[in-house]
Amino acid sequence: MSTETTPAERLAAFLARTPYIAFLGMRAELAGDEMTAILPFSPHLIGNTLLPALHGGVLGAFMEMTALAQLAVITGGPRPAKTIDVTIDYLRPGRAMDTYARAEIKKAGRRISSVHVEAWQEARAKPVAAIRGHFQTPTEG
Amino acid sequence: MVKPPDFITAMTGRLDEQAARHMVTRTPQTEALGFQFVSISEARGAIRVPWRADLVGDPETGVIASGVVTTLLDHVCGLSIRAANAVPQGTLDLRIDYMRPARPQADLIADGHCYKLTRTIAFVRALAHDGDPDDPVATAQAAFALIGGGA
Repeated sequence: MSTETTPAERLAAFLARTPYIAFLGMRAELAGDEMTAILPFSPHLIGNTLLPALHGGVLGAFMEMTALAQLAVITGGPRPAKTIDVTIDYLRPGRAMDTYARAEIKKAGRRISSVHVEAWQEARAKPVAAIRGHFQTPTEG
Repeated sequence: MVKPPDFITAMTGRLDEQAARHMVTRTPQTEALGFQFVSISEARGAIRVPWRADLVGDPETGVIASGVVTTLLDHVCGLSIRAANAVPQGTLDLRIDYMRPARPQADLIADGHCYKLTRTIAFVRALAHDGDPDDPVATAQAAFALIGGGA
């Protein structure tokens, strides 16, 4: 990259350029190079009004966006990575409350990266869902 | 807002077209995404999500975000389980392969098929396409726990 940007700038740029992130209401905070994504509870995220519970697709999408945000923070290209595949494990019902997620980049390849993400609500040690995914680094030009 | 008796029928009663339509269009998240009911048949279901600017993933391409596809595929899996006269309790796992980007500003359609039911688990395949089911945007494989099972 010709222009130097900080991780915080790269994160802010990723969050601001993606309309679907605004639709979810997702935010993220950076402590050094460690990012925590936050999905504040909102009624439109509910998939089951009886329990009530967040839509499973919302949890999957939130974790996928967390992986893309973490990749944007470390790789810093102007275009977001593209999702190749994700495997979502649902561990506990996502309650009608705020959700958090952290991504771990298992391998940052030149072309393809492998990322794990866990999402939790009340306790980090009791994740509500997790994903493993592969993401393609965008080619420039 | 949804009247509870209708919702319970949609979630647990025998799935007629009205209940299926309710399940697709009347949960807060599917309503927010603008999901439209397409069809149900034996162990199969189909849902459409019309393109909308606020659902885009990359504004440079105008393609619907992959996260929307995730929710669409998860929901059509649940619909096809209901169309097989079982009641999903929740998704256990969902694997999605993204074959290609959708066309810019294209609506997406998802087709689900619950191809195997055990006492406790439903196995489902689904795909999402933007007009031609033989050229899918994404394919999915999922397992769901069933209500009344031991899971």
